[in-house]
Amino acid sequence: MGIKVDDICFLYERGTAMQVNALDHVSAEIPDNQFIGLIGHTGSGKSTFVQTLNGLLKVTSGHIYYNGEDIDGDKFDKKKLRSDVGLVFQYPEHQLFEVDVITDVMFGPRNLGLSAEEARRRSIEALESVKMPKSLYKSSPFDLSGGQKRRAAIAGVLAMRPRILILDEPTAGLDPRGRDEILGLIADMKKELNMTIILVSHSMDDVARYVDRIMVMGGGKLLYDDDPVKVFRHVKELEDLGLAAPQITYIMKLLKERGLDVNTDCLTVKEAAQEILAHRKELHV
Amino acid sequence: MFDSITLGQYYQTDSALHRLDPRVKLVGTFAYLIALFVVDSWVGYLLVALFLAAMIRLSNVPFRYIVRGMKTILFLLLITVCFNLFLTPGEVIWQFGFLKMSREGLSFAIKMALRLSLLILGSSIMTLTTTPTQLTDALESLMRPLKKIHVPVHEISMMMSIALRFIPILMEETDKIMKAQIARGADFESRNLVKKIKSLVPLLVPLFISAFRRANDLAMAMEARCYRGGEGRTKMKPLVYQGRDRVAYGVLLLYFAACIATRVIF
Repeated sequence: MGIKVDDICFLYERGTAMQVNALDHVSAEIPDNQFIGLIGHTGSGKSTFVQTLNGLLKVTSGHIYYNGEDIDGDKFDKKKLRSDVGLVFQYPEHQLFEVDVITDVMFGPRNLGLSAEEARRRSIEALESVKMPKSLYKSSPFDLSGGQKRRAAIAGVLAMRPRILILDEPTAGLDPRGRDEILGLIADMKKELNMTIILVSHSMDDVARYVDRIMVMGGGKLLYDDDPVKVFRHVKELEDLGLAAPQITYIMKLLKERGLDVNTDCLTVKEAAQEILAHRKELHV
Repeated sequence: MFDSITLGQYYQTDSALHRLDPRVKLVGTFAYLIALFVVDSWVGYLLVALFLAAMIRLSNVPFRYIVRGMKTILFLLLITVCFNLFLTPGEVIWQFGFLKMSREGLSFAIKMALRLSLLILGSSIMTLTTTPTQLTDALESLMRPLKKIHVPVHEISMMMSIALRFIPILMEETDKIMKAQIARGADFESRNLVKKIKSLVPLLVPLFISAFRRANDLAMAMEARCYRGGEGRTKMKPLVYQGRDRVAYGVLLLYFAACIATRVIF
């Protein structure tokens, strides 16, 4: 079923001189079991958008339906929504507070009213999903490394067993290796846990490799919502938004301009390499 | 989540009050507050209210914006009024069970409410028209004589400006952590007191950690720029009195004298 977003707007500082139109008539559908990349420059409204999806921000106008029910309806259970639509914020490691990792991860499930054993079972599962070494379960979350802290925080949301997991810039502030680790982890989680994942980012290179669908936001509007391949054909428009296509797209376009008749719709280095190899003969002329 | 706190937040616009030297505004606010406690008659209160109205007019800050800040102290105001209304002995004019309202209590309660509102409105005019930086500059400049008796004036004002600077940052941080914990099912709206206090732990621990982290970063950044206290330090915008500041001092003096006069005459 998933989420249906119907023509929503969101205003910050409503009615003052500082009013900002963070979301401007956005409509979209988020089905079950899809890997979505949400891309936009700073201030494009992407963080606001994901916060409206689990009811943390109440839309100024328009409606959001979760499994057909209006989330602003009187009888709607917001707590259930927040466990079903998990949101991992930017720098999620800043929310850690417990004495040890496992207790911190248990915070979410305990808030759902689960027993201690059930919460612990789910937490261990979640920690395994984020590949946290068993030896660290009992250490203080503040003694972990940056990447480990972030994984612990993601586990904290994962332990609530969301049907839809939203990650807001999960790679911010990590080195290239930590970034690849987290992204690989998210892709694995997608495969194992069969849920919808929305990956918020401003880097096309981050998302291009993994997602089934890309939504591009700019100035509070949803500008593109399509297959990655089709979105990346708008290189020029993306650049005007302060974004860029993946680097590999640029290389393929250059090759094509120089006379090598390759297909430019490649998303990964591997695909591109195969494509170039397929045109090996032309290279020697 | 904290949109409603306008009490004491700088309001960006251009006005006669905004352009005034912050020292004048600081001294003026003190004079205003002292005068408020000097006056005791209805005429006196009228004078203060008129002066305040003129200042609000001069400040170019929308009246609605200023009043919105009053919401935060409404509760305090209500309690004060009730206590004065029913607990002042005197000629009883209204009775309900054990509650007795006296004529003296009524006039006292109204005066108290007036005094409190005028106090809050008046001091918020200063912070609405003065940036925190200007304010601490003014404080440093006004306290300079204390240096002679080895009061660390510069350090005090530096601490103050850092503290003020951190209020919005920490507020934003609180909002962010709160949202993150709500997303994990935390309940900050519980009516149960014990639950409410317990629910603060997931908020306060990360908040303290982040405050310490930020303080550490700031100290490092200051050291990296060779900060070593106020000795021999110059200012980018030194405070210099202009003609309008002298006029403002004159007006203040007149106002203060008038307030004392109402006390003596009425």
